Amino acid sequence: MKILQYLVNGISIGSVYAIIALGYTMVYGIAKMLNFAHGDIIMVGAYISFSVTNYLGLPAILSVIISMAVCTALGVVIEGLAYRPLRGTPSLAVLITAIGVSYFLQNAAQLIWSSSPKNFTSIVNLAPLTLFGGQLVITGEVLTTVLVSILVMVGLMLFTGKTRTGKAMRAVSEDRDAAQLMGIPVNRTISITFAIGSALAAVAGVLLCSTVPTLQPTTGAMPGIRAFTAAVFGGIGSIPGAMLGGILLGLIETFSKAYISPQFSDAIVFSVLIIILLVKPAGLLGKQIQEKV
Amino acid sequence: MTAMKKFWNNKTLRSNTITYAVVILGFVIMQTLSSMGMLGSAVKGYLVPICVYIVLAVSLNLLVGVCGELSLGHAGFMGIGAFTGIVIAAVTAQLIPEGTVRLIVAMAAGGILAGAVGFLVGIPVLRLRGDYLAIVTLAFGEIMKNLINNMYVGIDEAGFHMVISTEQMKLLPGGTMIISGPLGATSIQKLATFPMGFALILVTLFVVLNLIHSKEGRAIKAVRDNRIAAESVGIPVTAFRLKAFVVSAFLAGMAGALFGLNFSSLTASKFNFNTSINILVFVVLGGMGNILGSVISATVLYVLPEAMRSLQDYRMILYAVVLIVVMLCTWSPKIKNAIRAMPVLLRERFRGRRKEAGSHE
Amino acid sequence: MNEYSKKMIQVPSYNLLREQDADKQPVLDVRNLGIDFGGLTAVDSFQMTIGPTEISGLIGPNGAGKTTIFNLLTGVYQPTRGSILLNGIDTKGMTTAKVNRLGIARTFQNIRLFTDMSALDNVKVGMHNAIRCSFASSVLRLPGYFKAEKAANEKAMELLEFMGLADVADTKAGSLPYGVQRRLEIARALATNPSIILLDEPAAGMNPSETAELMHQIRRIRDTFQIAIFLIEHDMNLVMGVCEGIVVVNYGRIIAKGTPEQIKNDPAVIEAYLGRKECGDAEN
Repeated sequence: MKILQYLVNGISIGSVYAIIALGYTMVYGIAKMLNFAHGDIIMVGAYISFSVTNYLGLPAILSVIISMAVCTALGVVIEGLAYRPLRGTPSLAVLITAIGVSYFLQNAAQLIWSSSPKNFTSIVNLAPLTLFGGQLVITGEVLTTVLVSILVMVGLMLFTGKTRTGKAMRAVSEDRDAAQLMGIPVNRTISITFAIGSALAAVAGVLLCSTVPTLQPTTGAMPGIRAFTAAVFGGIGSIPGAMLGGILLGLIETFSKAYISPQFSDAIVFSVLIIILLVKPAGLLGKQIQEKV
Repeated sequence: MTAMKKFWNNKTLRSNTITYAVVILGFVIMQTLSSMGMLGSAVKGYLVPICVYIVLAVSLNLLVGVCGELSLGHAGFMGIGAFTGIVIAAVTAQLIPEGTVRLIVAMAAGGILAGAVGFLVGIPVLRLRGDYLAIVTLAFGEIMKNLINNMYVGIDEAGFHMVISTEQMKLLPGGTMIISGPLGATSIQKLATFPMGFALILVTLFVVLNLIHSKEGRAIKAVRDNRIAAESVGIPVTAFRLKAFVVSAFLAGMAGALFGLNFSSLTASKFNFNTSINILVFVVLGGMGNILGSVISATVLYVLPEAMRSLQDYRMILYAVVLIVVMLCTWSPKIKNAIRAMPVLLRERFRGRRKEAGSHE
Repeated sequence: MNEYSKKMIQVPSYNLLREQDADKQPVLDVRNLGIDFGGLTAVDSFQMTIGPTEISGLIGPNGAGKTTIFNLLTGVYQPTRGSILLNGIDTKGMTTAKVNRLGIARTFQNIRLFTDMSALDNVKVGMHNAIRCSFASSVLRLPGYFKAEKAANEKAMELLEFMGLADVADTKAGSLPYGVQRRLEIARALATNPSIILLDEPAAGMNPSETAELMHQIRRIRDTFQIAIFLIEHDMNLVMGVCEGIVVVNYGRIIAKGTPEQIKNDPAVIEAYLGRKECGDAEN
């Protein structure tokens, strides 16, 4: 039974990674940049939700919506102010700027909410599911997280596959210059992608802190990096890949903590990542691109 | 006279000489001020870390700026060097009583081990490129931190012990712990000195500058410029990236050892992702491939946050803003043009206003 | 048409050897070469040999697979079928760098110079493997370094002079005019001391007088270095004027092989390529 419990826990944290990774993979696919500030948007999202429920006393669901709205705006503003002027420059320049943004968000959060950890109250109000006579408990948070991650994945797949804007996104990520020549508004498409990615980050932040309730300015950094790892794992730019990568990462992390060594779980997760990238550089579901000579 | 002119016209020779001169001048000034007792203890405390970060920035610049390989795990090599250096210095305490010699041995050991790890990691990892290489080096840095964080090293009459948990660590009475897992290394003998830091910078500059301006350096630049063309003229691209990676790791390991032996205690968490990023920021702001730029930016950017300590909570947010603004101003084509056009625009604006004022009369 | 084509002899197999090379081992012996991309066959059953001092041409309509053949020969792509013998050695599984060290050098259709480096340094990069100087002696500046570097400089200058580029030795490669860049690429390829050099559209973007000069240079390269030259070119004056043997490909397959005279009169070639009178000389 223990193994089932680990499985559930792994899928739960994996679903959080998956939601972050879905946002990450969209942004990376289209802007071709390592957005290190993505993890910090998660943190901001959690803080906003925390403040809305604790200071304003508004209902949980409203706090999520407000948090999504704020993060969406934040994502678009960051893209417009910090990343857009650097479009077309070497990726390293954008990377460093993203790190600057990440520092900014963390330190701004520290000024506003102080560095002492906040105890995040779960926003999920579902009764836990008890199976096998109490041997396996699936909490409401787990159910919600898994459900939301699946909904988000399906939603994104439909969006990129069926809608005009979604198709424009795919075009821009495939070949930005060609898309521009075809009359696709590249800047607006990238803005929309950042908006979606940031809104997802807000959702992920709330769900992450509902599962792991300590909230501090650095809360988002490590999950952000891990989610990027998950996105790479699954094949960057691929939506089902991000989902698969997230879940796998969560499982590897949980099981290695449980069965191999709790101290070395970081080393194990990252070693697996390195091995996967070496064996299958395009990730599990990504496609290999051959360089033209 | 012609010799002087010839020297001045040789661009590489000129820029190398300037780089060495700036470093030597900086050392002489700081050393003089220090011996005259004009430096506060806080400033004195910065001297060795500045040397360490200069070496780290220059060695990372070899990788990122010269070879064009993005690495986010430089702190990992620094950490290997630091803890190797600490262990070697502790183990050889009786054998080599002379502090400076022991420091040199410790630094060499730190460098060699970091270089060896760089070699082993580099063979598989350097097949990747760009952002993927960045992510893998990031992962490597985290793995190193994680491993060191769970390492217990001690020494007693029976010899040298190295295990991965406290329970397994059974030292004979009279033995000493050198590294105790997450608590890190404690009671380190501070062997590092500013002159040694200066010497390490000189060694680093000598190695890196010579490497850049040799057939190896040409090949490295060729690989960065056009990988396919470089391969077509017989340059084994992966082998080259590996050489640069190992040299860079070796230098970072030496710097790490110096850093480790500069404090009385040290934990592995110091060598995290943020440290790697900071070194990368030194390189990027100093100019990719610009060695003197790395030296200057490492110094300025190390001192800047320290100097802003009085601003307390606003210090890091200010640093972040400065970083973003500097990046935008130095890289964005639009903003660069706007800045260039600024003097003209201001002059016109000023004239226009005067004219307006004139017409009102 | 040119003095060499008369001396062509027909060997029973797929050879196109000049008389003087008839009894020598071919520098390049390609057998049944083919590559598929996904399900698509880009090149199939490509076979030919090139003698040690032969100038041969590879022609065919756009998209016929010419550059793909060059990429196969230089190890950029690994063939799906067939083998390539370079001076008798099978290059299967070798990297581009390894193949180059064994004797194939090339230029690129879309020029690939090291744009930030001087012309001289571009050639010196080409001489990389010829410069005998260890890693340690470069880093530590041992006497061997200075000696090797001096020798390399002299040799590189000689090559630049040979290609008529001595006066731009210190100019950044990226700022050179197009035609000069093409010649610099040839100089860089020659610097690797090859036994065969592949030229991918060497006359593209050149004016008629530059092309005439290039033709002269191509012959001079062969005569001076005694190496084979294999070139892709759309300029028929150049191909017919300088090549001793010509291979024509279409849709990844060889449709004709022979001397320039034979190719000109080959009905298959005329149909596939030369005969499209309505297009006229637009190809050039």
